Amino acid sequence: MNTIKPYLRLSGLEPLIVRPETNFINVGERTNVTGSKMFARLIRDGQYEAALAVARQQVENGAQVIDVNMDDALLDGVQAMTTFLNLVQAEPDIARIPIMIDSSKFEIIEAGLKCVQGKCIVNSISMKEGEAKFIEQAFICKSYGASVIVMAFDEAGQADTKLRKIDICKRAYKILTEQVGYLPQDIIFDPNIFAIATGIEAHNNYALDFIEATQAIKTLMPLTKVSGGVSNVSFSFRGNDHVREAIHSVFLFHAIKAGMDMGIVNAGQLVVYDEIEPALRLLCEDVILNRNNDNNETTEKMIAFAETVKAKGKEIIKDESWRKETVEKRLSHALVNGITDYIDADTEEARLLYARPLDVIEGPLMDGMNIVGDLFGSGKMFLPQVVKSARVMKKAVAVLTPFIEQEKEDRKNAHLAAGTVNEETAGAAKILLATVKGDVHDIGKNIVGVVLGCNGYDIIDLGVMVSTDKILETAIKEKVDIIGLSGLITPSLDEMVHVAHEMKRRGITLPLMIGGATTSRMHTAVKIAPQYDDGVVHVLDASRSVTVAGSLLNKEQKPVFLQALKTEYDKLAEDFNNKKTTKQYIRFEEAQKNGAPINWANVNPVAPTFTGTKILDNYSLTKIAEYIDWQPFFIAWEMHGKFPAILTDPIIGIEASKLYKDAKKLLQQIIDEKWLNAKGVVGFWPANKIDHDTIDVKNDDSVIQLEFLRQQIKKTAGQPNLSLADFIAPAAQNYQDYIGAFSVTIQGIEKHIKNFETNHDDYNKIILQALADRLAEAFAELLHKKTRTDYWGFVSEEQLSHEQLIKEEYMGIRPAPGYPACPDHTEKYKLFDLLGGQEATGIYLTESLAMYPAASVCGWYFANPESKYFGVGKIEKDQLIDYAKRKNISLEEATRWLRPILE
Amino acid sequence: MKTLQDCLKERILIIDGAMGTMIQRHKLEEKDYRGERFKDWHTDVKGNNDLLSITRPHIIEDIHKQYLEAGADIIETNTFSSTFIAQADYDMQALAYELNVAAAKCARVAADEYTLKNPAKPRFVAGAIGPLNKTLSLSPDVNNPGYRAVTFDTVAEAYTEQIKGLVDGGVDIILIETIFDTLNAKAAIYAVKNYFRKNGIPELPIMISGTITDASGRTLSGQTLEAFYVSIMHANPISVGLNCALGASEMRPHIEELSQIAGCYTSAYPNAGLPNAFGEYDEQPHETAHIIEEWAKAGFVNIVGGCCGTTPDHIKHIADEVSKFKPRELPVTEAELID
Repeated sequence: MNTIKPYLRLSGLEPLIVRPETNFINVGERTNVTGSKMFARLIRDGQYEAALAVARQQVENGAQVIDVNMDDALLDGVQAMTTFLNLVQAEPDIARIPIMIDSSKFEIIEAGLKCVQGKCIVNSISMKEGEAKFIEQAFICKSYGASVIVMAFDEAGQADTKLRKIDICKRAYKILTEQVGYLPQDIIFDPNIFAIATGIEAHNNYALDFIEATQAIKTLMPLTKVSGGVSNVSFSFRGNDHVREAIHSVFLFHAIKAGMDMGIVNAGQLVVYDEIEPALRLLCEDVILNRNNDNNETTEKMIAFAETVKAKGKEIIKDESWRKETVEKRLSHALVNGITDYIDADTEEARLLYARPLDVIEGPLMDGMNIVGDLFGSGKMFLPQVVKSARVMKKAVAVLTPFIEQEKEDRKNAHLAAGTVNEETAGAAKILLATVKGDVHDIGKNIVGVVLGCNGYDIIDLGVMVSTDKILETAIKEKVDIIGLSGLITPSLDEMVHVAHEMKRRGITLPLMIGGATTSRMHTAVKIAPQYDDGVVHVLDASRSVTVAGSLLNKEQKPVFLQALKTEYDKLAEDFNNKKTTKQYIRFEEAQKNGAPINWANVNPVAPTFTGTKILDNYSLTKIAEYIDWQPFFIAWEMHGKFPAILTDPIIGIEASKLYKDAKKLLQQIIDEKWLNAKGVVGFWPANKIDHDTIDVKNDDSVIQLEFLRQQIKKTAGQPNLSLADFIAPAAQNYQDYIGAFSVTIQGIEKHIKNFETNHDDYNKIILQALADRLAEAFAELLHKKTRTDYWGFVSEEQLSHEQLIKEEYMGIRPAPGYPACPDHTEKYKLFDLLGGQEATGIYLTESLAMYPAASVCGWYFANPESKYFGVGKIEKDQLIDYAKRKNISLEEATRWLRPILE
Repeated sequence: MKTLQDCLKERILIIDGAMGTMIQRHKLEEKDYRGERFKDWHTDVKGNNDLLSITRPHIIEDIHKQYLEAGADIIETNTFSSTFIAQADYDMQALAYELNVAAAKCARVAADEYTLKNPAKPRFVAGAIGPLNKTLSLSPDVNNPGYRAVTFDTVAEAYTEQIKGLVDGGVDIILIETIFDTLNAKAAIYAVKNYFRKNGIPELPIMISGTITDASGRTLSGQTLEAFYVSIMHANPISVGLNCALGASEMRPHIEELSQIAGCYTSAYPNAGLPNAFGEYDEQPHETAHIIEEWAKAGFVNIVGGCCGTTPDHIKHIADEVSKFKPRELPVTEAELID
């Protein structure tokens, strides 16, 4: 009897039946704007005729399916996909084979499905955004009759380990077959091929993970297919086609054996496995199967081998081909690619070519920076690359500066000789940047400076802790066009309000930009904007600063922009004022009665191994580095995402990996050459709660009273109104409780910052600053662990992973004065007094109670198992009055320090 | 009462023959098409055969009865062009839904009457969905191959409205037929699937019938028969088959191929031969029936009937001939790989 086999069936004008005996299916990858620069250019320029030739060539080279991808920020993807596929349908020699519609945007996929009569493959859908969306998209794909590639991606991210890959595929399979009604043979899994031999050990097993997952998937779900983007695997050898082709070939050899059915490959560019030179083939085997790879041994060998191939092969010619271009093109190339190697010579060459040195800046250099600005603006370059470009720019300008100065001098002398007036023409718009008084944080401000600098603005950076007077005097003296204020700690918000107020009082009419971690659109709208009428703009991040500055400096746009902004801010302020009544607060007395219900009878306070303080100087940076949480490092660079997943992110992964590599390199140098000194102090004292929100701390003979703030928002029944004081045993309990404190700092950064500045190397300067911050945080983490298990020792054994530490899964807490659980910065004085003041660590407090050096961390230690992090939130007037009385300060002073949590 | 599925297991079912050929016999004039309701319509409507379901319902009903009398198990609604896209030729876009309801009712009344007469041979109404006069895979402008006269969304919208009308009028089957552009058919399938899914109604059986236009063995939009079948498999149709363009002799190799690859039932309703020099079909009922009898004997088919040029007489001959043979057995569709 006739039987119908459960094969994957696809079609163009002709069918493609994937039978068990079918060989590996080559999916042509060149009709992909993200993978082929040429194809991208053709589509962007609307040269569809030539783009069709690319598709035709793929078919001629043996592609059995073509992958079409139009994901490009500069393209209308839906329109490009529709136009291209409609044209493909009119070309029988291309339309013959099935189409793989490839996009990360589902609307583009759907647009593609509407153009093709044959049975397509959708590449791809996943559970990235949850099951509901996955199911909906699967139903849509099914109603167009398409097979689907399911990427091993779920709510938690892209699967990198074998087990995660298998689990996600199994889960997707169940949903697709049981809920959506997909036939198993119409499901194709892409269990993610990631780059290996990146130098990061965690990546070494990626190829093997894919191969083993493939095998398991094909065993568990034999009718399904496995596909993947093969060229990803060799990403670290970009530019070295010889090595890449060998890696692809060896990888496919093993992956196909494991059951891989199809892959996106450059059909014309695969070497035959057997024809790879034996030495290289063996290396490829080792690196793919992660053999003999302890401490990256194989990886290193592979990289070393690749270098030799590169050095003797064609690649060196290709790499340096840009050197043969005109000097303008070379400058542009160097800027876009962040290459400093030849910049001095090239700039000098250009200087001799142009009439005036300034022409070089305004001509080829600015042209190059405009390209950088455009690429950054369209999301094709990321912050670390832009900062590298800026480094090139600064070096070039440094070459030209002496000649520009000489010209100025000559003109001045000429004017003097002739008795005429010197009217230097106005140059680029000037932007003044400053971190406000009392605040020492400037990484974000430095990044904004670099980005604006890249976009042709003249930056006057006044540094940190800049008084209002100095800001405003400089602004007038230097005739700046915009003032930008930055700050990280909460008192800086008040300082910004003050600057705005002063600007109005002094009759200044310059636009004011506000930025920094504690600032917000809401605070700017409600607090700062009402103080000043000539334009206040909150700028979310460095990349937005360019458009904002552009709008503020364009005569036509400015009034429109500011009017729109005012409307928006007025609305925000109005909403804010309307909303604030909706939250309910309880009387402070009631809140005090509703503290954390800790049954002290069950708590057995552990005495620390010492009381008083202990100083740690010159602590091992190697040990500290083990505790670094890298995620905030990337956030500082405006690269948002989970670490380490960010390193393999399809969009920013490559640049994130580069940045990570550079940071690790600098970190190693810091450690090896002892650039920085980690210093800290930790102390413990007997302590008891003597009133609802007051703790007595006995320091030798004296007693210091710590005052805490309590949540006052109306809680649901059974939920306590927390205060940190709740976590210390009341005196009435008749046993001795303790409190601890610490401060840590990373010293010695200034000299190296200066060196980088001298070398116009903002890139490494910002990496260094961000690393110092991370080291301080890591030191705090390390010290907290030592405190838990050793110094205080309230936890005898602790087996927490790095991730668990970051997630704060440890017992006890270390809140810092000025942060949500104890928002009053002034308690920091007591903390520092207890720890021995500035002498102990060299940290000093600014008038806004920021710590200097900026890479410093401090906090209280609470050991109680019930203690946890929380935010005090807003408080009411009754608590404020009580608090001022307890601290023996005026109501006015209390109001000033607690403003962020009032109302 | 036996279901369509029950009947398909038992015997080869008969689908009716041409509607147009039968209407021509009435020699209707412009005023006959218009009827009272459209007597002042601003365009000519002669030739809009679908309009007759509203203006001359008894003629349509009577044609259905002639085919039922000849032995048809399945009759097709008079809705080949009842979409707002096709009706635009007569500026009657707004009538699309009503045309479908009216046509479905004509067929329903006729079919029910015959079922009542002989409940052992239940009759089914297939709501006919035609190919449209605009196509999604081909450009009408030779100088601009990327151009399309209509979008997928518009086609799907037109078909959705048609399906609603057919379902509201009471059809038993959705028949997507005379497919010369598979993408149009995919829009129809898309519309069917979404219509039933979104309205929470159990899906009616879907019959799909493509058209191989010439000796090349491909559809007008260029697909081979197997590529066509692969492209519409997701409809999960009760039957797939061929109709129109070819006479039974020319259709034979294709229906043979289809019977090998189709996992569902197969159908075939060819024209009454190829048209002669005057565009008329002159293959005689016994000639057509004789060829189709051979298909039945070879086990290629489950549903047979006629398309252009065929008459109740053709259907009667076909029904008589194939009644002697067992229907094609459904192939076993394997759910796992067996070597």
